[in-house]
Amino acid sequence: MIIKGKAIKYGNDVNTDVILPGRYLHLTDPEEMVKHVLEDLDPDFLKKFHIGDVVVAGRNFGCGSSREQAVMCLKYAGVGCIVAKSFARIFYRNAINQGLPVVESPDAADIIDSGDELEIDINEGFIVDKTKNLRFSFHPIPGFIKKILEAGGLIPRLKKLGEE
Amino acid sequence: MGETITEKILARAAGKRSVEAGEFIEAEVDLAMSHDNTFLVSKIFREIREKNMVWNPDRVVVVLDHRSPANSIKTAEMHKDIRGFVEIHHIKNFYDVGEGICHQVVSEKGFVYPGMLIVGTDSHTTTYGAFGAFATGIGATDMAMVWSTGRLWLKVPKTLRFNISGKPGRYVMARDIILHIISRVGVDGANYRSCEFYGDTIKGMSIDGRMCIANQAVEMGVKAAIIPPDKKTFDYLKSRVHGLFKSVYADDDAVYEKNFDFDISDLEPQVACPHKIDNVKPISRVVGLDVDQAVLGSCTNGRLEDIAIAAEILKGKTISKNVRMIVSPASRSVYLQCIEYGYIQILMKAGAVLVNPGCGPCLGIHQGVIASGERVVSSTSRNFRGRMGSPDAEIYLASPATVAASALRGKITDPREI
Repeated sequence: MIIKGKAIKYGNDVNTDVILPGRYLHLTDPEEMVKHVLEDLDPDFLKKFHIGDVVVAGRNFGCGSSREQAVMCLKYAGVGCIVAKSFARIFYRNAINQGLPVVESPDAADIIDSGDELEIDINEGFIVDKTKNLRFSFHPIPGFIKKILEAGGLIPRLKKLGEE
Repeated sequence: MGETITEKILARAAGKRSVEAGEFIEAEVDLAMSHDNTFLVSKIFREIREKNMVWNPDRVVVVLDHRSPANSIKTAEMHKDIRGFVEIHHIKNFYDVGEGICHQVVSEKGFVYPGMLIVGTDSHTTTYGAFGAFATGIGATDMAMVWSTGRLWLKVPKTLRFNISGKPGRYVMARDIILHIISRVGVDGANYRSCEFYGDTIKGMSIDGRMCIANQAVEMGVKAAIIPPDKKTFDYLKSRVHGLFKSVYADDDAVYEKNFDFDISDLEPQVACPHKIDNVKPISRVVGLDVDQAVLGSCTNGRLEDIAIAAEILKGKTISKNVRMIVSPASRSVYLQCIEYGYIQILMKAGAVLVNPGCGPCLGIHQGVIASGERVVSSTSRNFRGRMGSPDAEIYLASPATVAASALRGKITDPREI
């Protein structure tokens, strides 16, 4: 699984309320949800963003509420991967369950700048910053989680297992 | 090697003699709670298998509290869908709009007792740790799995031990203590950890206060926050829990990742300033800031003792004409007790707006949404940007005593001055 995209960088403690504010939690249509992704953190996010781009952030990404819609709206928008120094635990689980790749790499999160071209190899566990010509490795993701990500989430993975 | 409460509960739930921090387990869930997001859970649940049935309807609780009563046609349709779902699945533990906030209702109705493993699709599920349970928040997909199988994989967290000592001063509440702790530990200082709370301060604290501590501990990133049960716990549970339970305590030689010691004897009221919960200042550093709205309620601080202290401060007085004060008792039962004790009358006469039990203004959807440029002092759970309305508003979190005193003066006020 290889992800290619541009970095869009934010700071520490990006919380679920700024990823998808409570006032939009009644939305169920993916297109409607996407319109508000990261709205309270960066109203220009969608203007900068191209499908496959990588959100890079500091510590404790996704802290706050357990709302899975925070992951869903990032996924529906087409975010390729989130690279952060660390993740809040509920968000991390939700991301895997929704099939959105999440990578913990404190070094990469420090050094990568917005606009850098990235290539992330989930299987081998490394990030290449093509703009800076740097390579960062991260703990490879365990096999069962890789399979969930490849299937596009836990439920598609279960369905696949059922068919096999 | 001795074990923490966390390790003992998780070992029992995994059907093992013992577990170690870092170990992955598949645990049997004792109780699965969800609120308005039951709509999303049920949608995912139906995707797993077309005719999927809930593994054990008696272990599922559903409480409608987040947008309650419905604030829009869309919400009304979701609530309608949930009512149909609980009927089809014979989920009799269903509490419709107006019963109160899930964590308060689930505790009051006797679903929680020591030693349980509880999951909820709400981050403040940690609240149940006030009764010696291991309780943690999960997402909708995980809950759909729990509904299907009754099981969930978990990583056994490391345990942090908090020793809190000292007698709190006048108008210094549990909320001040936990805000102070959060400021020292940081918003991710306990990420992936379980916290266990000890010390004479905790022993002296009411059940309402303990629930506030366990509730707010999640703001440090914890997976669970546990207070060992004692006589106060058993007195609370006596009339509510039918059946036997076995309390779980840590061994004397239990191993904690880290110990934190706090002496709160000289602690002054604390205020969490925008836009992070660990941006905490002693009240002396923020007094005098004008406020537009004061909110008393939520799963953090909407309980009887919280409303009692506000009534004590506002008795026979009128709040500032520049402030809208919104009060939402955490449950129907709390509301009824407040009526019985005359608190509601005091607050109404003082100029407060009483809204029904529910999450209300904490979620920024209805019942007191704030405008740009406004400042709110609130006893609710979070001060993230945009949480209670406009992203250009400021939220200051404080104890119910500080909220009441600030409503009275129209500016952030030290309740000890009233």
